[in-house]
Amino acid sequence: MSALDIDGLRVRYGATEVVSDVSFRVEQGESYALVGESGSGKSTILRAIVGMARDRSGTITVDGTPRQGKVDRAFARHCQMVFQDPYASLHPRRTVDATLSEPLQIHGIGERTERVVDMMRDVGLDPRFRFRFPHQLSGGQRQRVAIARALMLEPRLLLLDEPTSALDVSVQAEILNLLVRLRAERGLTFLLVTHSLPVVSFMCDRLGVLRRGAMVEEAGVGVLRSGAFTQSYARELYAASLGGGDRRSQSA
Amino acid sequence: MTEPLLSLRDLRVTFPGPRGPTEVVRGVSFDLGRERLGIVGESGSGKSLTGRSLLRLLKPPARVTAQRLTFDGIDLQSLSEKQMRAIRGARISMVMQDPKFSLNPVMTVGTQIAEALRVHDRLPRGEVQARVLNMLDQVRIDDPERVTRLYPHEVSGGMGQRVMIAMMLIPQPDILIADEPTSALDVSVQAQVLDLIEAMILKNGMGLVLISHDLELVARYCDRVIVMHRGRVVEELRASALHAATHPYTQGLLAAVPRMDETRKILPVLDRDAEYKI
Repeated sequence: MSALDIDGLRVRYGATEVVSDVSFRVEQGESYALVGESGSGKSTILRAIVGMARDRSGTITVDGTPRQGKVDRAFARHCQMVFQDPYASLHPRRTVDATLSEPLQIHGIGERTERVVDMMRDVGLDPRFRFRFPHQLSGGQRQRVAIARALMLEPRLLLLDEPTSALDVSVQAEILNLLVRLRAERGLTFLLVTHSLPVVSFMCDRLGVLRRGAMVEEAGVGVLRSGAFTQSYARELYAASLGGGDRRSQSA
Repeated sequence: MTEPLLSLRDLRVTFPGPRGPTEVVRGVSFDLGRERLGIVGESGSGKSLTGRSLLRLLKPPARVTAQRLTFDGIDLQSLSEKQMRAIRGARISMVMQDPKFSLNPVMTVGTQIAEALRVHDRLPRGEVQARVLNMLDQVRIDDPERVTRLYPHEVSGGMGQRVMIAMMLIPQPDILIADEPTSALDVSVQAQVLDLIEAMILKNGMGLVLISHDLELVARYCDRVIVMHRGRVVEELRASALHAATHPYTQGLLAAVPRMDETRKILPVLDRDAEYKI
């Protein structure tokens, strides 16, 4: 059984179809990336999975259970999302403690203090930051809080929407290392949305290239590393990204 | 040796804080000729403040001091605000990060570009219009006539940034300061915008200061690179010699970036609190 099975997904915003007939599967424990330019529909697919895109058709099956559009507690415990910008996704007037306790409260889980402190340690946050507000933390620390919040309910599937693109390169390295470690320790399945192909190369097993709402090509990470895509658009995207991260193209 | 176009010595920027003043730029010096200089650093390294200081754009409570800040033989620090306005935009201009926030949302693209020209030159209306269209054509905008009538929200990010560049280049400045000109853009558009800046710089024989957090990108589009960390220049090198960087901070930054053919299991990280020796 796949961790996530998307079949014939279409999403509309008003009269515009932003995702048209996208199908793909993510296996248990796999790390899958959706890449593409702005407007390719990659973030919309994540929003559709968590139920934030209302006007959709096609089936989304998470761990064998078809996903309805409604609020679903069992789904929340199974799948969580980390957003791009930690400056925008954390409540500015809630302490780290309040942010991390809320999912436990909603789901009636006890031993909150222990769980919050353990989770903070696990994501590399000193527990003395527990009663700080987001504005008292750096960008990297905030993203750690956002990741901790997503993990509070011990989900199996984590949706990551550009988790490092608002961060500095050295902070990005820390957060990417953290995500890789957490995935290994907890056996998580990742669905990552990014525009950065080198990030995919570092932390994913497979990727799907999107363009204007349609899946152009799916490939293994080996294909990405060598640039041997079959579709011309995927090759173009690869060539444009070489400028962004690969150093060998420099000396060549 | 001839006098450099722009010369900066011991620039310091201080902000007041609850525990006394904090110095955020701590003694930055460089010379710029008609060449391409890159300034790289992470958030808080002082790279943008350095760029803004060159145009005297920082207002109190920031305190800016420099032993020397000269441009084309003029001491910029001694100029009045009015004299400074004659230089800002006309002889040194700046492209900002995000066209969404730096273009005027209630003015058409054509009017904005024309304004940049009118402020500094008195020209007949017909000629202004002709130069605007010519400029848009130079920044490779198809159908410039139509684009002049559009508002900023009607153009894409890449096109918005081209409009910004057109606006900054139309008074034919000697120096262009580009502060993260492409970080709000898609990778595929980034290269186009930077290629354009590069072509315009070479064509007009201008000096360029490219400010970015992206070492690779700066190395590709500049001749020289200055690496900043916590308000200081830690290393200055030829762009072609970037990978021979000797400073531990520069080496750390380079190593922290994932590569396209990444096989490392873990990325090396920098010691955040290290105070590097210069």
